[in-house]
Amino acid sequence: MTKKSLMDRLAILSDAAKYDASCASSGTSKRDSRDGKGLGSTEGSGICHAYAPDGRCISLLKILMTNFCIYDCSYCVNRVSSNVERARFSVEEVVWLTTEFYRRNYIEGLFLSSGIIRSPDQTMSDMVRIAKVLRQDHQFRGYIHLKTIPDAAPELIEEAGLYADRLSINVELPTDGGVKRFAPEKRPSQIRGAMGQVRATSEGYREKSWKGRKKGRFAPAGQSTQMIVGADGANDATILDTSSTLYGDYRLRRVYYSAFSPIPDSTAALPLIRPPLQREHRLYQADWLMRFYGFDAKELAANETGMLDLAVDPKLDWALRHRGDFPVEVNRAGRDMLLRVPGFGTKTVDRVLRLRRDRTIRYDDLIRLGASLKKAAPFISLPDWTPRALIDSAGLRARFAPPAEQLSLF
Amino acid sequence: MRVVVLPRIGTSEAWRAEARALAGEGARPEDVSWSRGEASPGLLDGISAPSGTPRKLTVPRAFPSFADTVICHSDPERFALLYALLLRLQDRPGLMADRADPQVGRLRKLEKAVHRDMHKMKAFVRFREVGAPDPETGRRSFVSWFEPDHYIAEAMAGFFTRRFASMSWIIATPDMGIAWDGTRSELIPDPPRPPEGEDAAEDLWRTYYANIFNPARLMVKAMQSEMPKKYWRNLPEARLIPDLIASAPARVEAMRAAEASEPTPTAAAVARRRETDMDLFLPRTIPGLAKEAAGCTRCPLHGPATQTVFGEGPEDAPLMFVGEQPGDNEDLEGRPFVGPAGQLFDACARKAGIDREAAYVTNAVKHFKFTPRGKSRIHQRPSAGEVSACRWWLESEAEVVRPALFVALGATALHALTGDGKGILKRRGSFERGRFGAPVFVTVHPSYLLRLPDASKRAEEEARFVEDLAAVQEELGRLVA
Repeated sequence: MTKKSLMDRLAILSDAAKYDASCASSGTSKRDSRDGKGLGSTEGSGICHAYAPDGRCISLLKILMTNFCIYDCSYCVNRVSSNVERARFSVEEVVWLTTEFYRRNYIEGLFLSSGIIRSPDQTMSDMVRIAKVLRQDHQFRGYIHLKTIPDAAPELIEEAGLYADRLSINVELPTDGGVKRFAPEKRPSQIRGAMGQVRATSEGYREKSWKGRKKGRFAPAGQSTQMIVGADGANDATILDTSSTLYGDYRLRRVYYSAFSPIPDSTAALPLIRPPLQREHRLYQADWLMRFYGFDAKELAANETGMLDLAVDPKLDWALRHRGDFPVEVNRAGRDMLLRVPGFGTKTVDRVLRLRRDRTIRYDDLIRLGASLKKAAPFISLPDWTPRALIDSAGLRARFAPPAEQLSLF
Repeated sequence: MRVVVLPRIGTSEAWRAEARALAGEGARPEDVSWSRGEASPGLLDGISAPSGTPRKLTVPRAFPSFADTVICHSDPERFALLYALLLRLQDRPGLMADRADPQVGRLRKLEKAVHRDMHKMKAFVRFREVGAPDPETGRRSFVSWFEPDHYIAEAMAGFFTRRFASMSWIIATPDMGIAWDGTRSELIPDPPRPPEGEDAAEDLWRTYYANIFNPARLMVKAMQSEMPKKYWRNLPEARLIPDLIASAPARVEAMRAAEASEPTPTAAAVARRRETDMDLFLPRTIPGLAKEAAGCTRCPLHGPATQTVFGEGPEDAPLMFVGEQPGDNEDLEGRPFVGPAGQLFDACARKAGIDREAAYVTNAVKHFKFTPRGKSRIHQRPSAGEVSACRWWLESEAEVVRPALFVALGATALHALTGDGKGILKRRGSFERGRFGAPVFVTVHPSYLLRLPDASKRAEEEARFVEDLAAVQEELGRLVA
């Protein structure tokens, strides 16, 4: 077998990496290379250097070190039983691609993941070596995200955090039962154990010594995880509950939801479906409501099916089910209640709170404060606006839901 | 009418100086005509005397950087709008925060447009390598052509210098170019457009772009709202877009039509090897039990908890301490009695002359029970059902270790060891008959001491706890002898 060219392997190993949703490059420590010795900078906000026609941003060079894998996870294109073409990068090749792409301003950095070859420790130590060579030999100061292998040795995970900005371990599926069924070699308790270790190590590094010195820098952009939506039978209520536990237990920066998407060379265990993109979108909205708007997982998807409404967003849905709490008086209500008004974002709420210290807010002001009045109008009252009977009207939900589609007769 | 012509480089510093001078003379906004680079024709009329009242300016802290940004905009009215706002700010310093004010609102819109333009420049500048590296320094040279909507080149020089200081580069835009030679940056008005050319890395980049795209999730609108077509002509990867879009539906259809594939022969071989690696029949040892318990799902507590926290200590320990359940720290570390209560326990045991290393320590329940509240986890007492589900493990531990004496720390442990956890404070200090053969000594859980708010009461209780442990040590001496 002749060795495939670098371009062929890049094609295989980027194709294999596209099912990881995360592409964030934000929220890490500030660095630059004004000293002329290094390459790259990070300045807080992430940058999306390109967008693919799937609407997803391309911020990082997202590749697998290798797509050989000894595990047999049904949902994964790289599982051992799949007939997909296999390839492997050397350490130098990954380093070369990362720095050359970075120099041309194509990317913010590297997101490296890998199939499990030989043993988890072996795989993890190869990945750590790539990050180490980038940081130490090439003085690379861009962003590095390392996917962590859950059963790798704790020392390796600790070393990974010294070079990487972010670490992530995928919980894969929202329930332990789902993991057992579709990823038989992975153990949910071990995945959680590894996330717990990342949190504990990161907190250990943040503690200062008695001299006020920090021990070092450990994964400054924190850790994240991903779960596949729509492969097992878990409903949205279960998924949101799992997320809220994960955020609490391991101080995750983000939980990514990935709509189960058809893969080439599928297995009989998981029939191919059209990816539930709208559901994924609603889950992200609900996730935001839990993190920034003070919603509890139990309040969202609170109906018999435990599914979020696909027609209207979860905040609007909550408001429509709790009409008794509205209209909210914009000039008087507290922050927590303003955050629950559909069409008001966190920035709008902050601006409302700031401006009403100086003067009374009127209906027309709200547009310039960034509110979406189409959504907000039935749920607010101001000196020159009251929704009257609108709030109680039976047709209110229909106003927001997309029009029903006429079924074709033929 | 006053005509002010601002230079193309250093526009915002010049505007600030002019605005300060004009306000000092009392010029009203409508008295001034502003322009960048060259004066607008037809406005070079006679200069009239200032008509307003002269004033010394005070400027809110947020204004200068706001003005710097707005001045980058291509809207010809930006200078006049800013000057008018500057004068209004003298009477209403809080005006900057009032986004609902129409004038502030309009300027904020300009600011936002400039920020977006700058962000897109950071994202969509593409460098192409030109020539060979400098033979002496090894420095490599790159060029780029970018077409922003506004005059942002000067403001963006810093970003690219911080990022690419080790290379030489030129970023040319229709209005202004930025050049960096490794030591200093220079602004070049109306730079020539760099000649077309190819860079070997561009093919690799296009390969990456084509393969990271998932045809099953085609969302062209989402792409175009973030990467509008006007940028495409300067992006090497953009030429692939029409083909990728056109072929996507057929590719998805092919995946579906292919149906499930036969597993590869390697899969079976790998699975066999995994099978033999698995140790199914473990002897009854503490490490063996711990491994088994790691996968325990006998009660629902395994769901939210991180891991099973099994007991720890020598298998021939004469003394076995049983606590309630792991806490936040124990759950993360996977070891019993390492959190605040564990540390207090250690200190008290040392005072009572007990060697913790020689004793076996464990919990009645092996998973952490809690309710999440925001980003922290609040301890919850395990239910009787959870205690009895977990008794299986406690019993196995007791069988392997066969201690001469158990110590029940708290009501939950007492319940697990004797079947009844009620009235702990009355039963404290006594030796009772337990389920697992050896006698059970009753005392409180160290976390009880941590919860006492009153310091003197706490010291008193701590002393009593040490006394209890000393009694344990004394009894143990008698039992072992």
